[in-house]
Amino acid sequence: MDFLGGINPAVLIASLMVAAVPIMLAAIGELVVEKAGVLNLGVEGMMIMGAVVGFATAVETGSPFLGFAGGAVGAAALSLIFAFLTQVLLANQVATGLALTLFGLGLSSLIGQGYVGIKPPLTGKVPFGPLADIPVAGRILFSHDPVVYLSIAAIAAVWAVLKFSRLGLILRAVGENHDAAHALGYKVMRIRVLAIMFGGAMAGLGGAYISLIRVPQWTDGITAGAGWIALAIVVFASWKPWRVLIGAYLFGGITVLQLNLQAAGARIPVEYLSMSPYLITILVLVIMSADKNRAALNAPAALGRNFHASR
Amino acid sequence: MNTGTDLLRVEGLTKAYPGVVANSDVSFTIKPGEVHALLGENGAGKSTLVKMIYGLVKPDKGRMRLRGADYAPAEPRAARASGVAMVFQHFSLFEALNVAENVALGMENPPRMRELAGRIRQVSQDYGLPLDPGRMVGDLSAGERQRVEIIRCLLQDPKLLIMDEPTSVLTPQEVDILFKTLRQLSAEGTAILYISHKLEEIRTLCDEATILRRGKVVATCTPRERSAREMAELMVGAVLTPPAKSAKPKGAVALEVTELSVKSPIPFGTSLKSVSFSVRKGEVLGIAGVAGNGQDELLLALSGELRSGKEAVKIDGFGFGDQGPNERRRVGLVSAPEERLGHAAAPDMSLVENALLSGSVRKNLTSRGFIDWAATRTFAEEIVKEFDVRTPGTWVAARALSGGNLQKFVVGRELSQAPSVIVINQPTWGVDAAAAAAIRQAIIDRAADGAAVVVISQDLDELLEVADNFAALNGGAMTVPRPTQGLTIDQIGLMMGGAHGMEVAHAGA
Amino acid sequence: MLVLEKRPSPSRFWQAATPVLAVVLTMIAGGMMFAILGKNPFEAIRTIFWDPLFGEFAWYFRGQLLVKAGPLVLIAVGLSLGFRAGIWNIGAEGQYIMGAIFGAAVGLAFYPADAWFIFPLMIVAGGFGGWLWAMIPAILRTKFRTNEILVSLLLVYVAQSILSSMALGAMRNPEGGGFPGSRNLSQYPSAANLEIIPGSGMHWGVVAAFIAVIAAYVLLQRHMLGFQIRLAGQAPRAARFAGVNPDKLVVLCMGISGGLAGLAGMFEVAGPAGQLSIDFASGYGFTAIIVAFLGRLNPIGILLAGLLMALTYVGGDNASTNLGLPSASIQAFQGMLLFFLLAVDLLSNYRIRLLTGRKI
Repeated sequence: MDFLGGINPAVLIASLMVAAVPIMLAAIGELVVEKAGVLNLGVEGMMIMGAVVGFATAVETGSPFLGFAGGAVGAAALSLIFAFLTQVLLANQVATGLALTLFGLGLSSLIGQGYVGIKPPLTGKVPFGPLADIPVAGRILFSHDPVVYLSIAAIAAVWAVLKFSRLGLILRAVGENHDAAHALGYKVMRIRVLAIMFGGAMAGLGGAYISLIRVPQWTDGITAGAGWIALAIVVFASWKPWRVLIGAYLFGGITVLQLNLQAAGARIPVEYLSMSPYLITILVLVIMSADKNRAALNAPAALGRNFHASR
Repeated sequence: MNTGTDLLRVEGLTKAYPGVVANSDVSFTIKPGEVHALLGENGAGKSTLVKMIYGLVKPDKGRMRLRGADYAPAEPRAARASGVAMVFQHFSLFEALNVAENVALGMENPPRMRELAGRIRQVSQDYGLPLDPGRMVGDLSAGERQRVEIIRCLLQDPKLLIMDEPTSVLTPQEVDILFKTLRQLSAEGTAILYISHKLEEIRTLCDEATILRRGKVVATCTPRERSAREMAELMVGAVLTPPAKSAKPKGAVALEVTELSVKSPIPFGTSLKSVSFSVRKGEVLGIAGVAGNGQDELLLALSGELRSGKEAVKIDGFGFGDQGPNERRRVGLVSAPEERLGHAAAPDMSLVENALLSGSVRKNLTSRGFIDWAATRTFAEEIVKEFDVRTPGTWVAARALSGGNLQKFVVGRELSQAPSVIVINQPTWGVDAAAAAAIRQAIIDRAADGAAVVVISQDLDELLEVADNFAALNGGAMTVPRPTQGLTIDQIGLMMGGAHGMEVAHAGA
Repeated sequence: MLVLEKRPSPSRFWQAATPVLAVVLTMIAGGMMFAILGKNPFEAIRTIFWDPLFGEFAWYFRGQLLVKAGPLVLIAVGLSLGFRAGIWNIGAEGQYIMGAIFGAAVGLAFYPADAWFIFPLMIVAGGFGGWLWAMIPAILRTKFRTNEILVSLLLVYVAQSILSSMALGAMRNPEGGGFPGSRNLSQYPSAANLEIIPGSGMHWGVVAAFIAVIAAYVLLQRHMLGFQIRLAGQAPRAARFAGVNPDKLVVLCMGISGGLAGLAGMFEVAGPAGQLSIDFASGYGFTAIIVAFLGRLNPIGILLAGLLMALTYVGGDNASTNLGLPSASIQAFQGMLLFFLLAVDLLSNYRIRLLTGRKI
């Protein structure tokens, strides 16, 4: 079942799911951070730190699993700098996030010096046995590595915690109105710092996925703007977890489709195809923000504003 | 009168802050099931008193007893545990969350959502305040939001419920519903401490009243046995002689507002509804009203920050409703907003820069866009001198000045621009007596020079002192202005309480 | 425990001292980083900061300083106006690229004609290209309230794609022997952006940067518009009270920063870079953001900060050649500088007090 000069839809869907994983992980992490009222523009920096630390850990220990853990920890550590600057020292969130990205890009390049060209230990697919052999569905659902399933599980977990648990409720309250939350006795700073670290860990996992599975190797700037796309997806998703999945798959789909079209020799010039994901993201952002009702209800009201408990 | 059955007994409560004594030797008692009013103007000390009862503030002297036992809550949580609950004037609610979630956040150990939702439905029905637990608080009206706050309190079985100015955000129908609920609570034995200065309501609802003035208890009475006028006199002080106004005939109409209706840009604001009035040269119009009834919106609409229909605001006969602040300044309209830091002045900028902020147009401080800093500095120094602003110099940031001094600067800045129309919101809020007197005198002087002045204020004393004509803002609508001379307290109380001007005064009610 | 107390007036001393403090702290932290990398920290710092200015080959390096600082300062001055007003143009890199493309297009269109008006026309085209690219996020913000940070940033990637497309296709040098990249504009006399004083590195772009610094200084200190920009960022409600129109301000600030970034791109492609190629964009648009903050959003400060950043670039190259220090460490160093600056910045508005034991 091929079309457009050789593109198999089942393969397409399976590869878009893989392409979507890094941004999905980073986006769901940033969603939690923004729900708590913090705008962290340093996602790109945290992702690339996760990529390099994860890569290095995997190569040194020989275990991809430890690699992923290392990536998450490395990025979370970097996010702590952001947390300290914005929550304790009340620095401007936009500037600090940018600084985080710039620093992360530089530091990761530095750390990655010795790892260019090395092959990391491979992560196998989850053995589903005969299920993987089912035509179409087998390829799409049962032939992936564990992290793909993890990313979907992460979305489900975040959705459930935010919707049903007390912790999720408090987090949402802090992002809505930090003064009222403080008045009711909740520890605003503590919750935000924890949220920031969670966002960091998720971005780190996403980055590690790129260097350990998707590519898989280490080069400078391997994330190529994935962090910024993740930020856009959070807006696109109106801060709703399941929409993050849709957004990530949409973006992943466009990326994979345009790559396939390029490979299949389609008549559209390569550059226009490669800019299409970004243009479409901008279009979506405009539509979301122009629709005042929906946008207003879902953006956490305290997003981006610093909280200083004034007595 | 067996004191052993008192629910709350307050004795000699005193609290002082640097520069002002908020409460001085306040004592009163509340019995179980009693609806007790706490009356007084703004600044009388009501908020501080209830904050002490609720555990937000520690008293300097005095003590409290709850059901016979010593009562000294260290924080609101302790007060709640003892059975004291409070509904604040400014709600602690989260708009993007639903009713059940908001209630859960205000409770110590909330039950699971489904059970909580059921209890909310139950309790709200029982007390005649039906609430759907699934609705988003952001979609609720102010009255409905207040219900959420009340339900939050009721679910914790309070013995004493404190309500701070509850009806300032309610429509008349909602007020009726609220009163039914409060009477039901009272009948079940819950005492209610009701803070307000709406005299007619208190006479309808409350059993006992304690009246505060300048931090002291000046009277306790049974509202039903007194008239609104008597209580108003006790609240405000009996002496209400407006100074002899110059009998000078007033000039032509300088400011004319016709059917001004604008939506409020402020979240939780009050939209203006068909406000109409006119002010002549040399006249001072005083507009009274409890905060939150459209004062900010009226100032924004007059200053030009909020645009309206062109003919809705006319200056010297020309329609300016669609023009911005600087266009209005050019023809002589200046304004002073209520919020000193952040609106009338930029906190981190110097006094010189703040002088430029509003003075650039009328004092010719720019030429082809370039700023004449020397002239601006002179202007700032003039203001400081003429209005006795205590400051080390004009180079200090606005936030370094005390509230009173900054207010003198802000008002002085506007009055020093040779304006023909002046609009001021709360001219002497937080200002010491001497400075306040100076500001009021300056306002009267400008009017004598021929300016048309609109003073919006919560201070009745002040309005009666400076205003030729008097009106009240209530829920975004304004009463018809009447001459201050000859106005009785009765009438003032009614105008502020919501009966719009046209209603016959209840003489001797 | 540490308590932050707001100062009554912003401290003038700390406002000037914080960049210096940040630089010192970064040198210490950077030194530690170099040590971890196995290099002698003192030697590294000397190689990066001292040698290019006063060392053996300083005569060569000093010229390079202006070349690197020029575009940084030009872009940063434009950005600083917007940042002051709370308008975050993060996509300067994209506007820089578009300016280069527009400028180069005009130059190439006239090739091989020889006329005095070609270069000025290229300047106009470059500024226009950058301005146009910045208008997209500006209009989307004023009309639809779309966040300008994300839009301007995503447009950087779009601009890079357009750059590749141009360099490989429409603007490729027909006499280039199949190699990607446009004609070399710096070798085309009418279009070249030459050094005014040979060897000093001072080309027209550097001159433009100096002009921009002076213009911005005058604007911010002496012009009503500059006052309104400062006011809008500090106290938005007071700005409205003073009659400022927020939408007009967005369009103006985005336009200026886009135009200046476009100019920088045009000067670069007609001068030091020479031709339009796939890797033309070297990140100046992003580094300029650091320069803007390091200079405390003040034109004179930006000039100094731009020179300092240029020094780290030039010195970094030096260290890379002579000490084997990886160039990525310089990027990390620059990021650290911004961090420290943001961290110590609060000292100008807050006092830190140590409270022993007691909880407030």
